[in-house]
Amino acid sequence: MLGINQFPEYQVPGAVQHQFNPYENNGGSIVAIAGDNFAVIGADTRLSAGYNIFTRNHSKLFQLTSSAVLASCGNWCDSDTLTSILQTRVRQYSDTHENKEISLNAIAQLLSTMMYGRRFFPYYVSNILAGIYEGKGYVYSYDPIGHCERHTYRAGGSSSALLQPILDNQIGLKNMEEKPTIPLTVDRAVKLVTDTFISAAERDIYTGDGVKISIITENGVEERQIPLRKD
Amino acid sequence: MLNNFATLDEERGFSFRNCKRNAQLVANGFIPPKAIKTGTTICGVTYKDGVVLGCDTRTTIGNIIWEKKCEKIYKIQNNIFVAGAGTAADMDGMVKWMRSNMELHRLNTNRKIVPVITLVTTLSHHFFRYGGAISCVFLIGGVDNNGPHLHVVYKHGSKMKLPYATMGSGSYAAMTILETRWKPDMTEQEAKELVADAITSGVVNDLGSGTNVNLCVIRKSSSEKINGYREICGNGKRILDYSIKHGTTGIISETIKKIELDVIEEQIEKMEVE
Repeated sequence: MLGINQFPEYQVPGAVQHQFNPYENNGGSIVAIAGDNFAVIGADTRLSAGYNIFTRNHSKLFQLTSSAVLASCGNWCDSDTLTSILQTRVRQYSDTHENKEISLNAIAQLLSTMMYGRRFFPYYVSNILAGIYEGKGYVYSYDPIGHCERHTYRAGGSSSALLQPILDNQIGLKNMEEKPTIPLTVDRAVKLVTDTFISAAERDIYTGDGVKISIITENGVEERQIPLRKD
Repeated sequence: MLNNFATLDEERGFSFRNCKRNAQLVANGFIPPKAIKTGTTICGVTYKDGVVLGCDTRTTIGNIIWEKKCEKIYKIQNNIFVAGAGTAADMDGMVKWMRSNMELHRLNTNRKIVPVITLVTTLSHHFFRYGGAISCVFLIGGVDNNGPHLHVVYKHGSKMKLPYATMGSGSYAAMTILETRWKPDMTEQEAKELVADAITSGVVNDLGSGTNVNLCVIRKSSSEKINGYREICGNGKRILDYSIKHGTTGIISETIKKIELDVIEEQIEKMEVE
């Protein structure tokens, strides 16, 4: 990009360089865990900017189909637009494929392509897509320009650095010599997601107020809400 | 290189010699470390017989909470307390400076108490000399022979004497409460509740403030610091058990050393056995 530094003859008193700064970080954290036949995805409910709170009850979870939920945090306006367009594309798929619901792996690729389409003016969002496909649970995470990776568990957002190590230890059983043999049930996954958010709210100012958790199984999507610290 | 050593003794105050180098590093992509700020909501209120100061207890570094239960109200003299907001290191340094200066002043003037205005004036002069580089703000509350006083001293050296004041990132939230409910000649209990409500507003609505409300009451012949006057948010209670079982950390090798002990003293106590 050409900057005023490259034109020394323009650096005179009174010369003002206008900057276009379109991005804002609205905070928030997201976590997703994939099990054998379920997926659990959670997001905190605080929307903030700088040191202010916009709202305490704001959902970052978007249910796309009966088997896929997207969690999206970072810049709220980009997240809003991206999920609107994505939901429209999901409906278009049904309309052009005789009311067949789009599958999770297809959504995963679609989202990646959509985000790479804005490679040079990205959507400033952290996305995690969770759901079930052919009876198994899957979690896909994305970077702001659409790089997609499949995981068993993933944390994203402002406190991802605080949340990911907890999941690494409790689900990935990393850094343990004698690993416990506790099966990963829906109940345990939901409790783990809740506990990781409780921990994040202790130490991250952008995470708090509440956490919304979506549980995706073959029977559909169930939602729960748990309160967190409000300070 | 060697001839620079001769000039080191003459330098006083802050050294700005690294500023040009730092600017070049930042231009080349270096991300500088962040200072620990206190975020903060602090407020002070004068009532009929004295002053009440209040503060929250959160310290932040960027968006991470560094300390959930820190102290922001400091005792300078028995009759003067300050509440500080801004960079934590600057606050610590200034509190040390204030304490030693006021104690020396009291001993030199051979009086029982130091007037509040003494601290306010010396502090504002000190800040002015540093041009705002000492990045902290103080609410100074105290009672002396002229009654209760509340002053605010800003980082550039300006000062204001006010009946009620708030500072910090949560100051707007706290000021809404004070502007609504402050009235002259309140009782001590009314003043404590008002300050606690103002700090609570900051804790709940400002992301830079959190956890507890600490209060300090200064009266004519006594003062009282109340830590944890109100607990807005306790620590979160986790559902699952995360205790580390024995054997989680692998043992690579084990060495047992026998320590030879010498018997120095022997005491035998007779036990009553039926």
